[in-house]
Amino acid sequence: MTVSPSAPHKAAAPRRVLAIASSGGHWQQLMLMRPGFTHHDVTYATTLPGLAQQFDAAPAHLVPDCNRNEPLQALRCLIWLVVRFVRLRPHVVITTGALPGLLALILGKVTGARTIWVDSVANAETLSASGQTARRFADLWLSQWPDVARDSGADYAGSVL
Amino acid sequence: MIFATIGTQLPFPRLMAELDRLGADLDEDIVAQVGPDTTPRQCLKTHATLTPDAFDALFRQARVVVAHAGIGSILSAKAYRKPLIVMPRRLAHAEHRNDHQLATARQVEAVTGIHVAWDISDLAALLSAPSLTPAVPDPGATADQLRDRIRDFIDQG
Repeated sequence: MTVSPSAPHKAAAPRRVLAIASSGGHWQQLMLMRPGFTHHDVTYATTLPGLAQQFDAAPAHLVPDCNRNEPLQALRCLIWLVVRFVRLRPHVVITTGALPGLLALILGKVTGARTIWVDSVANAETLSASGQTARRFADLWLSQWPDVARDSGADYAGSVL
Repeated sequence: MIFATIGTQLPFPRLMAELDRLGADLDEDIVAQVGPDTTPRQCLKTHATLTPDAFDALFRQARVVVAHAGIGSILSAKAYRKPLIVMPRRLAHAEHRNDHQLATARQVEAVTGIHVAWDISDLAALLSAPSLTPAVPDPGATADQLRDRIRDFIDQG
């Protein structure tokens, strides 16, 4: 599924997009970015049952939550993601964090997908720890604050706040 | 009804204790999502966590919402058009891993309908204010640029 270089921008072929974020502010921000990708073939993943349905985000999967203090949970999350990646084979991974999103971003990079990290707008003074790790794995690496972008080397395109 | 919500990850006892204290003199129910915090409260109807549907119902019913300075709370207030009082978690009180909620509070202080309680002592006045301005669901001046950047990146790859 490739687009020839001469293909017009508007006629971009549909891509399989994995849009993943933890519940709470991460997820809400991802939902506000939806106009940027819903014209593609999007699969959603979040950590709280019923949340995706509330936002009419479908198809959606429940990803096991994890954080950096619980290595076993993180491993469980990673295994779940590997299985999901084998089935979905996403062309694009987009995430606002937190750790489950970062793991998906890394898997995406390793498997040849194009990857987008949008650091949470909560990080108004410094990039999140996950966001700093994401640098090496993100093809598009964004902060939602111009000053944070300048200081960290991330790109800035705008903010959902 | 006053709805208080502080996220699922960390307790925020400083805020809950003050709401409980104020609740004794308020002629209004207070429903509070308190996270991992089992301290008994006299005047709060507490839930550790809420399902998305229950959260939705409480947010809709509330006259005013009180929250930590988390982005989820702020975006919810905008979506539901509710007045929101935010109190930033402080590292000095071991309420979060750092002081990023202070930065968030400073950044949203000028946002319509977001009212910052910088300290516990600000809460009483905000809760008894006759009419707090509600938040509005506009996504912010630069949201479209962010969406366009994402769209262009995906479409042109």
